[in-house]
Amino acid sequence: MEAVRAVEGTAVPLDRSDVDTDQIVPARFLKRIERTGFGPFLFYEWRQDPSFVLNDERYAGATILLAGANFGSGSSREHAPWALEDHGFRAVIAPSFADIFRNNCTKIGLLPVELPAESVRALMDAVLDDPTTRIRVDLEALTVSAPSVQESFAFDDFRRWCLLEGYDDIDLTLRHTDAIAAYEASRPSWLPTA
Amino acid sequence: MPRTLAQKVWERHVVHRAAGEPDLLYVDLHLVHEVTSPQAFEALRLAGRPVRRPDLTVATMDHNVPTTDGPVVDPTSARQMEALAANAKAFGITLYPWGAAGQGIVHVIGPEMGYTQPGLMIVCGDSHTSTHGAFGALAIGIGTSEVEHVLATQTLPQTPAKTMAITVEGPLPAGCSAKDVILGIINRIGTGGGIGHVLEYRGSTIRALSMEGRMTICNMSIEAGARAGMVAPDDTTFAYVEGKPHAPSGADWERALDDWRSLPTDDGAAFDAEVSIDATELRPFVSWGTNPAQSVTIDDEVPGPESFADDAKREAARRALAYMDLQPGTKVRDIRPDTIFIGSCTNSRLEDLRVAAGVVRGRKVAGGLRALVVPGSVAVKHAAEREGLDRVFADAGFDWRGAGCSMCLGMNPDILQPGERSASTSNRNFEGRQGKGGRTHLVSPAVAAATAIAGRFATPEDL
Repeated sequence: MEAVRAVEGTAVPLDRSDVDTDQIVPARFLKRIERTGFGPFLFYEWRQDPSFVLNDERYAGATILLAGANFGSGSSREHAPWALEDHGFRAVIAPSFADIFRNNCTKIGLLPVELPAESVRALMDAVLDDPTTRIRVDLEALTVSAPSVQESFAFDDFRRWCLLEGYDDIDLTLRHTDAIAAYEASRPSWLPTA
Repeated sequence: MPRTLAQKVWERHVVHRAAGEPDLLYVDLHLVHEVTSPQAFEALRLAGRPVRRPDLTVATMDHNVPTTDGPVVDPTSARQMEALAANAKAFGITLYPWGAAGQGIVHVIGPEMGYTQPGLMIVCGDSHTSTHGAFGALAIGIGTSEVEHVLATQTLPQTPAKTMAITVEGPLPAGCSAKDVILGIINRIGTGGGIGHVLEYRGSTIRALSMEGRMTICNMSIEAGARAGMVAPDDTTFAYVEGKPHAPSGADWERALDDWRSLPTDDGAAFDAEVSIDATELRPFVSWGTNPAQSVTIDDEVPGPESFADDAKREAARRALAYMDLQPGTKVRDIRPDTIFIGSCTNSRLEDLRVAAGVVRGRKVAGGLRALVVPGSVAVKHAAEREGLDRVFADAGFDWRGAGCSMCLGMNPDILQPGERSASTSNRNFEGRQGKGGRTHLVSPAVAAATAIAGRFATPEDL
């Protein structure tokens, strides 16, 4: 995985809560067996509405998505972060995230940044007011900055280290191969096998 | 120190623990299906890595499969199914392919074949993996990168979870089922109420439920945002597991039982959060909106946006009402669906089908309604047919189908058309979940069956 230290760019205000992964990428587009190419299916149904914010030219090229609480709820499909990333997003800022979605994001270097609802609101207002507003998410300093908003955020230490260094989870775990083998040797014999 | 069920199961799976790192947990059972696995297998292949424990990995086809005799008309669905078959063969994994004995929804076949047992750590690239928590297993839904990680290492790094006790006490009122318990819980704690938590369902109501009912409840833990849901194993659990093909037997059974009896939460163990539900106040629930917390009882009316306390919920209600084409104040019993779907990993087991068949026996589906029954597995289908349930459904005007996820998420041809409205025993009423523009109302099997007969939302008592 490529290291991620900071994301800076303009942002799209998606002022909706409980955005589920079926909206981020509908199930009928999950049939590809490749990992790439999901960008065109991002928010596919909502994008049929010309007034949907992602169709607003003023927000073209944004790298940050601002959204309401419980973003990424529902299905565990990693296709959702793949679609966001393929579209060009590098960070999502919301008051809260669904657990599996948050995990999936960090595995591919897409930053799920949790800020208090008032701060997300302030950021949305700022970009609604001026779509060219630039936001900087600094993973090293754990800060989000925009002209009108300065906020620090919490991020799991280990995940942050992995992202900053670009470490691959499997490589890290394979350092513990001896511990895995020792654990396996201790498992009761009656546990189920395929 | 007294410990919770979740803590006990977690602790026994720790392979590596270090300050500042997530715990590395061992995975006893990795369930695999065709949608979230192809990219994981491909990554293994590119890295030249084997599957560490094919003997602890079980695959089936469920999301894409047709529920008719076939063929698989969508070439991309066929390609995904073929990819799983090829990957299972190449990596030496047991596969229950479409149409084979043993095939079915991954969360239905695990328990029915005895793979799912108390105290296990179970993962699957599917959010409804929480279902298996009904046995006192720690069962977690994961994404494709994590599927790859488990295939390669048989472990999963996990940051500690908080625990939440959800205690449900009292006898369930007539007409109420496990589905109404979990819809009631989600209505109470909200779609994000369980984020970061493992839920433990406790209390006399839960103890009195069958394993099928407990699975229904644990299944929808994810709809409250929870990382997992669990029920302590007890004699009901043991009776269900005993004799299943992959359950321990003989002296192993006794050893397993001794172990499983040590799992329930110790007296005095502390939870990070606690919620109490009075089961006697429950009624059959019907969702009216586009998330599973947006529900009311069948005796209620569709609420207005102004009845919600905060801006985000009011705005969500406005959007949901517009999408669902519902007016505030409409009586739930006056809403008329076009389609009835009985199926999904929430409610497609034999008990669910028996309940629904009991309601429709000797009656006819209301004119103009489409009604489907999709058994959760080939085994459920055959068991139901041995009892003649297929005839009961067919005589009433239901379509009796083959096993799979089907209309729960519309990856196969079973979908709602734009604007169509369903009464569905599935788990998600998200926009477009059952087909583009489709409108989903989540209900129990009893309400789905009664609604099929009445042509409008109804309980069996209404008929």
